[in-house]
Amino acid sequence: MERLVTRSVKFAAGPGLALAGYLVVIASSAVLAQPPLVQPGAPGEPARPLSAEESVALGQSRYTSHDVRFMQHMIMHHAQAVEMGALIPERTETPAIRLMGDRIARSQDSEIAMMQSWLSRRGESTEMDMSGHGSHGSHHGAMHGGQPSETPLMPGMLSLAQMAELAAARGADFDRLFLTGMIHHHEGALDMVDALLEHPGAGEDPELAEFLLAVQADQSAEIARMRSLLERE
Amino acid sequence: MRTTSFWLASASLIALGLAACSGPSEVPVEPQAAAMPSRAGLAAGLHDAESVAWNIELLASHPSPPGFFEPDALWSPPVPIAAEPEETDNETGAEAVPADDEEAEAATSPPSPISFANTDLAFTGDRLIMGNFHGFNVFDVSVPAAPEVILSLVCPGGQGDVSVHGNLVFHSVEQGRARLDCGAGGVEGESSADRFRGVRIFDISDLANPRQVAAVQTCRGSHTHTLVPHPTDAETVYIYVQGTGGVRPDTELAGCVDGEPEDNPDTALYSIDIIEVPLGAPEQAAIINRPHIFADAETGEIAGLWRGGASEEGAQQTSSTVACHDITAYPHMNLAAGACGGNGILLDISDPANPTRIADVFDPNMAYWHSATFSNDASRVIFTDEWGGGLGARCRAEDPENWGANIVVDITPDGLVRRGYFKIPGEQSDVENCVAHNGSLVPVPGRDIMVQGWYSGGLSVIDFTNPDAPFELAFFDRGPIDADQLYLAGYWAAYWHNGYIWAPEIARGLDVLQLQPSPFLSENEIAAARLIRFEEENTQTQQHFVWPAEPVVALAYLDQLARSEALSADSLSAARAQLEAWRSGTAELEDLRLMGRHFSQLSEAAQDTDAARMAALGALLQSFD
Repeated sequence: MERLVTRSVKFAAGPGLALAGYLVVIASSAVLAQPPLVQPGAPGEPARPLSAEESVALGQSRYTSHDVRFMQHMIMHHAQAVEMGALIPERTETPAIRLMGDRIARSQDSEIAMMQSWLSRRGESTEMDMSGHGSHGSHHGAMHGGQPSETPLMPGMLSLAQMAELAAARGADFDRLFLTGMIHHHEGALDMVDALLEHPGAGEDPELAEFLLAVQADQSAEIARMRSLLERE
Repeated sequence: MRTTSFWLASASLIALGLAACSGPSEVPVEPQAAAMPSRAGLAAGLHDAESVAWNIELLASHPSPPGFFEPDALWSPPVPIAAEPEETDNETGAEAVPADDEEAEAATSPPSPISFANTDLAFTGDRLIMGNFHGFNVFDVSVPAAPEVILSLVCPGGQGDVSVHGNLVFHSVEQGRARLDCGAGGVEGESSADRFRGVRIFDISDLANPRQVAAVQTCRGSHTHTLVPHPTDAETVYIYVQGTGGVRPDTELAGCVDGEPEDNPDTALYSIDIIEVPLGAPEQAAIINRPHIFADAETGEIAGLWRGGASEEGAQQTSSTVACHDITAYPHMNLAAGACGGNGILLDISDPANPTRIADVFDPNMAYWHSATFSNDASRVIFTDEWGGGLGARCRAEDPENWGANIVVDITPDGLVRRGYFKIPGEQSDVENCVAHNGSLVPVPGRDIMVQGWYSGGLSVIDFTNPDAPFELAFFDRGPIDADQLYLAGYWAAYWHNGYIWAPEIARGLDVLQLQPSPFLSENEIAAARLIRFEEENTQTQQHFVWPAEPVVALAYLDQLARSEALSADSLSAARAQLEAWRSGTAELEDLRLMGRHFSQLSEAAQDTDAARMAALGALLQSFD
């Protein structure tokens, strides 16, 4: 029976048809004796039988407006790391810095895509709401009276002035500014994760929860590596 | 029937053959890239994606069972927050996101593939247990090509890492939404007795009424866990708990303290939790130790792994390693290998309640030490690097081949020594999440072979007998779920168990595969691997392979010696004829013993891997009573 079903799926042409094929699997297995589908209780409590629909409903999770805000902000936060990485090829030949910067830029670039997808699948804007940031809320490149702003947008981000300083540096100076800047940047990201998780109910969406773990793991390891590079400077 | 005198003549041919052929250490015949089919550009689909198999055959694909799959998770249109009026007030759009001090609004997340993601596997008898972020499923696999679901147990919380011992299933829970009563809907407030993060123990002896018999809470939850048997008491097992999440407040679980050890000496960081489980009374399972396995042996400093100065270039001076992601125990060797974020470590577990660190290793290319697999002789460990956490596309042409890869590390008297890397070719697309992930040894005698999952990069079988140059000898890969958007999918793991490869596909279900003979892996070698059988198998509790004295085992060694051209053609054919005679029941035991003695002698003049194979073959042929 399973084999017949598989064949019907095999000839399906696109996602929609594949889906139809999958429904056939569910329908056909319903004809067979159903294996138990149960939800246990707390320790010592009996289990209760569930329908497939009830089970799926239990997989529902929540996200909060804090989660949305975190993702919107983290996109911009990550974007700066990619910008910093893009400065490397023209400014330093140090292999360890080039390696580190390349890795960070790739990681953050792919995480931006993941965060944008997370937001758009929830019908949320991928842009952060800048209204709360007053006069500092303009995008990169904005000037205040002809001078780059010295106020960073969020924890760990370099101010426009610091970005300009980094862009102007070369060689060992660039290496040092890049490492200190990126360490600071990553620590800011970890602070943003911590701050999010202080809100009850935040970070419970399973995709977001996995993402937070990946941010904590990767960026902690990268901070450690950058600190050791800095000490060798 | 061959005579002894004939064999003596053959044996001398072997000696001549060896003399003629001995040379530098052999490297198994490595496939050229051109010999492999391409994995690029496979058509997308859920159950109809295009696939490519090389030296491996897909026997069965069992979709995730009802209640563990939500089609809307994949193709539902975006759900705006405002579309869930019962959950929100009415204006929680992007424009209304609050500042930090504002009250948060909640909305229902759209169904997500990860909510029903299949995760790790465990095996007992004819049963396979497949973990899931939503609980776990139990399959009857007495017919491997036709697995049948016999129980679906719902208990959300992720990531659902499972181990099994008899009728007890151990289940890892780390997410803050998880409830003690296996319910959904999360937990209100910062601290609640209803929240559960830790290791659950289920008794599934009554499939119609499985019970949660214990729920051991831990400070950081349980991302993974490892079952470690008691060395002498069969009625006790230990569970090593690896928590990578945040530390919960002590208002929720007494004794949980966050922070650095300088400020908080009782910090829950820098340790693992060890649960002791009395099998006769599993409800009494409790944490008995939280060893500081990163502590400095001399100073006792808790965050001691890298303090005191590391001389190597790129080595860490800081203490970023605060937790292990996963630990593989190898009780037969009294060892465990920990993949612990910024480092790989080696533990002495001769007293499993008190593991002690005996070595550690750092590598600048490894972003996140994720999992570990010992070689059978425990001379080396393969560690994986889960760069990006498995959510991202990291096996594209532009992604470096030693990032998100495997690293082979030798265990030496001087500590852990890094050797080569392996990563699958960079042929995956932007919409295929891919990085090195869980695997296990394929028990081919005379070689170090491992199968592992690479998420949407498929599953891959590699030979790391030469630790400096691991190479691939078989793979299976599917196209992505969707051509345009990345959906979490692919192989969480791929494990060898009792002759087959079992692979939990995150979004699609359970796959069963079998290796096919090729120039790089012979029929005899596969048959020899299939002789290794375990009644119960938890991959992170590695078991020692001992091959029986069977003809296919001897023939497997001989195939390897043939492949490496360690023997002359004449001696090879003489030895093969004798072993085939054994297989067909027409060999004299004394002839086999004699041949065994000759191979033992030959091994003394040979080198490295060939010498080991000759010695093993010689010992096998002299092992008859």
